[in-house]
Amino acid sequence: MAADSTATTRRPAVEGWFTMPETGSAEAPRLIGTRCAASGTYFFPPERVMSRAPGFAGAELEEVTLSNRGRLWSYTDAQYQPPPPYIPVTEPHVPFCIAAVELEAEKIVVMGQVVAGVTIDDLEVGMEMELVLDTLFTESDPDSGEATEVVVWKWKPADSTGAAG
Amino acid sequence: MSGNGTVEQVAVLGVGMHPWGKWGRNFVEYGVAAARAALDDAGIDWRDVGFVAGADTMRNGYPGYVAGATFAQALGWTGIPVTSAYGACASGAMALEAARQRILSGMCEVALVVGADTTPKGFLKPNAGERPDDPDWLRFRVLGASNPTYFALYARRRIDLFGATADDFAAVKVKNARHGLNNPYARYRKEVTAADVEASPVVASPLRLLDICATSDGGAAVVLTSMDYARRHLGGASPEVRVAAISTVTPTFPNTIIEMPEFATDSAAGIPAPERTFKQAIGDAAYAQAGLGPGDVEVAEVYDLSTALELDWYEDLGFCGPGEAEKLLRDGVTTLGGRLPVNPSGGLACFGEAVPAQALAQVCELTWQLRGEAEGRQAVTADGGHPLVGITANQGLFGHGSSVILTR
Repeated sequence: MAADSTATTRRPAVEGWFTMPETGSAEAPRLIGTRCAASGTYFFPPERVMSRAPGFAGAELEEVTLSNRGRLWSYTDAQYQPPPPYIPVTEPHVPFCIAAVELEAEKIVVMGQVVAGVTIDDLEVGMEMELVLDTLFTESDPDSGEATEVVVWKWKPADSTGAAG
Repeated sequence: MSGNGTVEQVAVLGVGMHPWGKWGRNFVEYGVAAARAALDDAGIDWRDVGFVAGADTMRNGYPGYVAGATFAQALGWTGIPVTSAYGACASGAMALEAARQRILSGMCEVALVVGADTTPKGFLKPNAGERPDDPDWLRFRVLGASNPTYFALYARRRIDLFGATADDFAAVKVKNARHGLNNPYARYRKEVTAADVEASPVVASPLRLLDICATSDGGAAVVLTSMDYARRHLGGASPEVRVAAISTVTPTFPNTIIEMPEFATDSAAGIPAPERTFKQAIGDAAYAQAGLGPGDVEVAEVYDLSTALELDWYEDLGFCGPGEAEKLLRDGVTTLGGRLPVNPSGGLACFGEAVPAQALAQVCELTWQLRGEAEGRQAVTADGGHPLVGITANQGLFGHGSSVILTR
């Protein structure tokens, strides 16, 4: 890989919340949740200690991946740069959208940033959205200068051809 | 008005506030000023207070975390027990509830409840440091989601589900700005037009800067007493204003509406969602405790963190059905002069949020409204009198919310 001097390492913004298929892989990224099999309840972020479904405290939690498509429950944008610990990615701030998407099978609404380039006018409650991975910000090692891409899940309006997952 | 409540009442003998603003002074100063005003209003000496409940502030160091003791020390230690409560926007109501419990259990006759805050400039944000296990920290880092992000998600739902418009949201601001014009405790006392709102920049679509409340410095205090004490203190007369209900309920699993500072809702895949949402449950519990219903309410102070959120409260408190809030507003029902004025104080639109003081400020305003002392902003009932029943409502981070019902 010596030829590829621009290669950066990637790390998830939060450990254990989503899968990170290799760049260029055909595999779609997924949020990682847990499921309380006894009650049928899902948890995202993944609940690891105990089921929060009242009455199922002793139930086992299994790790599952969640649907990577859902319906837009609501949306907004960040016209102003959010305060720290948000890490600015552009100077000046470029507004981005934030979506809350309802996953049908899991009956859960999951928030996420929307990929760059999508504006409020492109969104409508009820439209189909799909999960992608994108850069949250890039950090560089203060000694080596080596860059690490910090990756996060984002929502984007679904390609109409894709199969619901 | 007694209602048919399930919990014994306590008397509100005194209320007091320090004006809201961006004064930049120590929060203790505001709390002490409010406490002294409330004690004066009650005609009660500090040395006769048997319990202090403080509502905490998270942004003013250790004294803010032990607000009860901080205010007791500032007023002069008298050896009484104290407590300090934190419940985000509901902190003041939690402190009030601690005081009521103390009185109803017979452990004291007079309790002082105080909340005050000094706020930083700009968006409320989490305390500094790397805290990836704290969802309130993580939502800023990972989502870039500030508080207005969440308010905007709810506002967008009103637009897409109920046909609400930006004009409706602006009309809430215009109404509240007018209500607060003559309120000496309000920070903003200036007419706002719909054009002003429209000209303000979008913060989180569809909400503009003037749709979203500021953060302020301020302080509020309430003196509660037992009904027996109040009658003795008043020479046999009944206390005019009473606490008929304090609701501080939490959500019921699964909570299917996204809430600050969460990344996701609970899942309703296994256990069906409760019939009533969290915000509806906050009001339900208050009504049940008071033995009253939405039809009894004649004045309300609700949390207008955003203009659109005020409309949500009309429905959640049962003033109208789902999707009917805009009509209630347009018909003038919730404007002073209407049947059910909402936020006659001017609300957060005129105050800006001073978190631990705000739920108590709502109680102060309702007390003045029920006494007929809300000069320049008095709610008037159909018979020309002043209200018999008022309700407050608020909701904040981490499953906190409260509603207080006052009656006379």
